Amino acid sequence: MAMLEIDNLHAKIDGEHGKEILKGLSLKVNPGEVHAIMGPNGSGKSTLSYILAGKEDYEVTDGSVTLDGEDLLEMEIDERAAKGVFLAFQYPVEVPGVATMTFLRSALNAQRKKRGEEEISTPDFLRLVKDKAGHLGISQDMLKRGVNVGFSGGEKKRAEILQMAILEPKLCILDETDSGLDIDALKIVSEGVNALRSPDRAMIVITHYQRLLNHIVPDFVHVMHKGRIVRSGGKELALELEANGYAEYQQDAA
Amino acid sequence: MPAVQETVDQVRSIDVDQYKYGFFTEIESEKAPKGLSEDTVRFISAKKEEPEWMLEWRLEAFRRWQTMREPDWARVSYPPIAYQELYYYSAPKRKEGPKSIDDIDPEILATYEKLGIPLRERDALLGIESGGAKVAVDAVFDSVSVATTFKEELAKAGVIFMPISEAIREYPELVRKYLGSVVPVTDNFFATLNSAVFSDGSFVYVPKGVRCPMELSTYFRINERNTGQFERTLIIADEGAYVSYLEGCTAPMRDENQLHAAVVELVALADAEIKYSTVQNWYPGDKDGKGGIFNFVTKRGDCRGDRSKISWTQVETGSAITWKYPSCILRGDNSQGEFYSIAISNGRQQVDSGTKMIHLGKNTSSRIISKGIAAGHSDNTYRGLVSAHRKATGARNFTNCDSLLIGDKCGAHTVPYIESKNSSAQFEHEATTSKISDDQLFYCRQRGLDPEEATALIVNGFVKDVLQQLPMEFAVEAQKLIAVSLEGSVG
Repeated sequence: MAMLEIDNLHAKIDGEHGKEILKGLSLKVNPGEVHAIMGPNGSGKSTLSYILAGKEDYEVTDGSVTLDGEDLLEMEIDERAAKGVFLAFQYPVEVPGVATMTFLRSALNAQRKKRGEEEISTPDFLRLVKDKAGHLGISQDMLKRGVNVGFSGGEKKRAEILQMAILEPKLCILDETDSGLDIDALKIVSEGVNALRSPDRAMIVITHYQRLLNHIVPDFVHVMHKGRIVRSGGKELALELEANGYAEYQQDAA
Repeated sequence: MPAVQETVDQVRSIDVDQYKYGFFTEIESEKAPKGLSEDTVRFISAKKEEPEWMLEWRLEAFRRWQTMREPDWARVSYPPIAYQELYYYSAPKRKEGPKSIDDIDPEILATYEKLGIPLRERDALLGIESGGAKVAVDAVFDSVSVATTFKEELAKAGVIFMPISEAIREYPELVRKYLGSVVPVTDNFFATLNSAVFSDGSFVYVPKGVRCPMELSTYFRINERNTGQFERTLIIADEGAYVSYLEGCTAPMRDENQLHAAVVELVALADAEIKYSTVQNWYPGDKDGKGGIFNFVTKRGDCRGDRSKISWTQVETGSAITWKYPSCILRGDNSQGEFYSIAISNGRQQVDSGTKMIHLGKNTSSRIISKGIAAGHSDNTYRGLVSAHRKATGARNFTNCDSLLIGDKCGAHTVPYIESKNSSAQFEHEATTSKISDDQLFYCRQRGLDPEEATALIVNGFVKDVLQQLPMEFAVEAQKLIAVSLEGSVG
């Protein structure tokens, strides 16, 4: 059994006349694997990431999702987080007045508590943050500022990766992590992500462009279109898409 | 953040009812006859063994009060208060006043212990050994002060800290000189009522050049049914003196409303500084708006001397109705006034609170930071006045009013008045209104926080600037209170 199994997933925007966005999506992800999901705007990539994380604006109408054999869709948002699902947001949200440091510690301890583990001690926590923040070029000053408040686009994305590094999730979902990054920031972020690759951790990297995949090299590439995966392949598929664009899929659809 | 976790745990441990101070202490009490008349005023004055001038002062206030109308400009609505149905004096029954803490009824001591206020100095001292700061407490139970701790130690420094009823007898010149000098007898309906019937409260005098060696604190408790509490606090910091004063309030849960109409006067002479902090946690009523305290309070500080400073910090979480505008009169040149406020309303609570900064002296400055948080079906209004007199050249004010809405059934309102009679005054006003967004909640929950933890974290972030102004122990208590007050506001 795979770590994550998505089977024939159908989902629509919540509400009576909500539009159907996912139309029978299936995907299996094993520990240690990195899957890239590519596709044109509006194909449902971000919706997939929100549904996996449990955002309440969508309704699953058919299909199933399991994480290590457990029904993921039955779990609360924070329960999923404690089970190891992490979403790096395309647009990280600001939480004014709450220092990044405080936020990280609250989140880590909340997850630990849910898993029946001890809270982390202050010295251990400080050491952990110092170590991880250093690699991502995150200053002490940034850690004292309110979560994402006044951060540049690049700082926000680096802060997301820092959270990921501290929380050590089992399944990382990166939603358009490359958007708004210049080439230097892209490099730092990618290195941060690569450092987290491990045999027992899986990643789903959602992106519109191939350039991110030069830095985070995937094991599998999937093309998503109109709410389904229409083609899967190895990393060379990304290069093909880069050369030919998504036109082929869009014509199919027309 | 352990405090957030602690608050959440505390919220969880509380049953359906969120208000944990709602118990009633069974104790025999002695009351004045019901209703208000000259006789009531005479009764109270006689009980307190007051000098003739004090009685006259009260009677004048009472006569004046009879000609006044209850104000109705605040954004609050409530049924008419039946002033003749209230008791204006209630005291725990005993033959003589307590001479030492050992004379206090054990029931009352137990009450304060339940509230987390150790009155026995011994216990308080133990608190120090465990790392807490030393705090002298004056405890007011219904209409009388039942205990004041650390009196002797304070006396060594020359600081007078005692029930105002005692001060009237022991330091009549001081009281007479300052009482009513900041909030005149005729000031407003509720202040005038208070002047007629106030029964106790705290009196503080810090002599010239003395820095008060510990935090002073008064703890107000309304216990008796149908009883109004009218306390009167007078704090004087003589030239160059410094004092930090804390006030806390709770009441039992009752179906009927109870009236609380206090007056607080602060006087800061040249180079003196007074810091006044309040954590107001009166019973707010149940979720349908039944019961709760009507809190009509007049608080005002007079920066009478040059370079003096008065700072108000308040955390308002309780009361069915809050009508309260702690203000500063910036009379001395270069004097400073500050107002830091967190006002939280939930259920059917109504808050109309803010401040007045009256700039009279040259180069006076004031700062207002107000954070209003409305949840449930509550209404939360900031009402403020910043004014500069013709002679107040170089006056400066900075105001920041932020409102946070939780849910879509509550209201936040900001009513700032700014008046400047001279062209050199600089007044700045910033205001924002925001909601805890679904995106913020989703983000926090995706990182592992449950809805209550997430809300507590976001709100604590919102009020951070004000919490920082509170003394440490109070800040922790306030943080807990915030979470408790917002219980049930999510989802």
